[in-house]
Amino acid sequence: MWDYSEKVLDHYRNPRNVGKIDNADLIGEAGSLACGDSLKLYLKLDGEKIVDAKFQTFGCGSAVASSSILTEMIIGKTLDEAKEITNKDIAEELGGLPQEKMHCSVMGHEALEDALNKYYGGKYNNTTVTNSSEKVVCTCFNVTENQILEAIKINNLKTVEEITNYTKAGGACGRCKGYIKDILETYWGGVNKTEKEELTPTQKILKISKVIDQQISPELQKDGGDIEFVDLDGNKVKVKLTGMCQGCKNSQMTIKTFVESILKDKVDSSLEVEQV
Amino acid sequence: MIYLDNNATTAVDEKVLEEMLPYLKGEYANPSSMYDFAKKPAAAIRDARVKVRDFFGAKDEKEIFFTSCGSESANMAIRGVLNCNKEKRHIITTKVEHPCVLNTYKYFEKQGYEVDYIGVNAYGELEVEELKSKLRKDTALVSVMYANNETGVIHPVEEIAEYVKSKSPETRVFVDGVQAAGKIPMDVKNTKIDLMGISGHKFHAPKGIGALYMKPDVRITSLIAGGHQERGLRAGTENVPYIVGMGKAAELSLDALKYEGTEVKRLRDKLEAGILKNVFNARLNTSVSGRVPNTSNIGFEYVEGELILLHLSDLGICASSGSACTSGSLEPSHVLRAMGIPFTALHGSIRFSLSRFTKESDIDYVIEKMPAIMDKLTSISPFQEELQALRQRKQH
Repeated sequence: MWDYSEKVLDHYRNPRNVGKIDNADLIGEAGSLACGDSLKLYLKLDGEKIVDAKFQTFGCGSAVASSSILTEMIIGKTLDEAKEITNKDIAEELGGLPQEKMHCSVMGHEALEDALNKYYGGKYNNTTVTNSSEKVVCTCFNVTENQILEAIKINNLKTVEEITNYTKAGGACGRCKGYIKDILETYWGGVNKTEKEELTPTQKILKISKVIDQQISPELQKDGGDIEFVDLDGNKVKVKLTGMCQGCKNSQMTIKTFVESILKDKVDSSLEVEQV
Repeated sequence: MIYLDNNATTAVDEKVLEEMLPYLKGEYANPSSMYDFAKKPAAAIRDARVKVRDFFGAKDEKEIFFTSCGSESANMAIRGVLNCNKEKRHIITTKVEHPCVLNTYKYFEKQGYEVDYIGVNAYGELEVEELKSKLRKDTALVSVMYANNETGVIHPVEEIAEYVKSKSPETRVFVDGVQAAGKIPMDVKNTKIDLMGISGHKFHAPKGIGALYMKPDVRITSLIAGGHQERGLRAGTENVPYIVGMGKAAELSLDALKYEGTEVKRLRDKLEAGILKNVFNARLNTSVSGRVPNTSNIGFEYVEGELILLHLSDLGICASSGSACTSGSLEPSHVLRAMGIPFTALHGSIRFSLSRFTKESDIDYVIEKMPAIMDKLTSISPFQEELQALRQRKQH
């Protein structure tokens, strides 16, 4: 049972502004039936002011609550003011949402964004992320790189799991998790690059050894394997896989997609990992 | 409160609790100890083992091993068999098994095992011919659940075991019997099934106790190394009160089997008929007669399952859903997807599961309340045109 706030309970039990506005000026849509939730948002304008808003939602309790509170938040606002509303604002207004349900607030925001985009002729875009792209990352839930970047930016997301909670991406077959990790790394790498200081070789070895012991080794042990840090040669990290990992046909993949990406993220992006 | 989620867990029968209490109070001796004080708990375990033997329809109580739960029983059987038979590297199972079985096979797949996952038809019935065609010389294990937890559909495990043994006598057959136990008669001694797991809390014993049936010629390794308990295959001091509780629950459930097959079934059928008649967007996800008598899975089109459950809960009704939002993952039920249930109903699928404690008035109340809930929830749905079409079709 989810730990829903009183406000979420109130809004799924007594949703406000349910229905359709017949001569709506703007209609925003997000989600789909196949993915398990979808939202249609109707706006009535007087000039640039939202004078009425209604919604229809197919989704769980927090999806209905997010849609309902969103209509309350935007009625009476100008389009410029509405533009500033993010998924975080929706979740906060509801007194918080369980982490796994944050994607409901994101759906509300996406429907609003869709409606506003129609008004501004597609020119409106809340993201200021450069190189934004409509490329689909998660094919199961049809989530684009843009949507992921926006969720990272607004909610300060740092892990793949958080991305899944907020956007659903990676929540089904999981094949795009590597891709999501790359997006996270690119985003935070770009932001943090200047903050990272150059490590001396000894510091680097210590740091690599610490990351392997504390973050990589425990994961491999779960599958009955393990890893040993053998040597650092320039930027080449030499490791040895042991236990079940030894001779496993997926070991090369483990090295590249798991070990190397963590070391790149935590120690130095120029590191390469090889098995000895 | 109206509790219609008995496939998730059941209420502990008062008589079971009564039987357990002495072993939670004064009779705390370790049954392995060598003094008179230990005689009573040791005898209580023997007695419980006999009752569980009869519940399984097993020949000998030596074939019964107590575990902590259904998941442990499944892990003990699967890992135990495969670890004892390392040259055979092929497994056959189904797409609709419980996660404790599926995830164990996922683990073995990572170890290089080849696993065939057999599908089900639109009614949730196993593709038995396909299963038979996959049997090979190096098949270590064929693993099929007795009844599915979400749909209640019973799989022909006896026929499958018979076939497997006739073609490949050394292949082991494991049956996850968790959802069949206490709902339909079991008679393992007259089958070729090698191992079967059950879980106490699905038939009115408390949570934290399970059992594994195993034919005498089967060899397995143990999950837990330690003492001599459970003939060395499941170490750890016996959980005496819970073993006693499961023994009593097994006895009571065996006595109540006829009631399950007639009265519980009548109430289940009444619930299905009532909802189908009164709720325009309801459809049975499966209606085959070969189901355990207590389970019903109904899809409510264009409405999401968690939202239905929350509104049911507000009226004191407990049920469960195969929707993505309730499963903790983001994907809807793997069972309903394997059946090819359309998206329109998949996310709005609700499982009602009854027990011998379900009252007629409970069922009447749900039938009475369901139409108003659906009127409210369909009015929120963005799929008004589709819903209107359904409404008209229902009227004709």
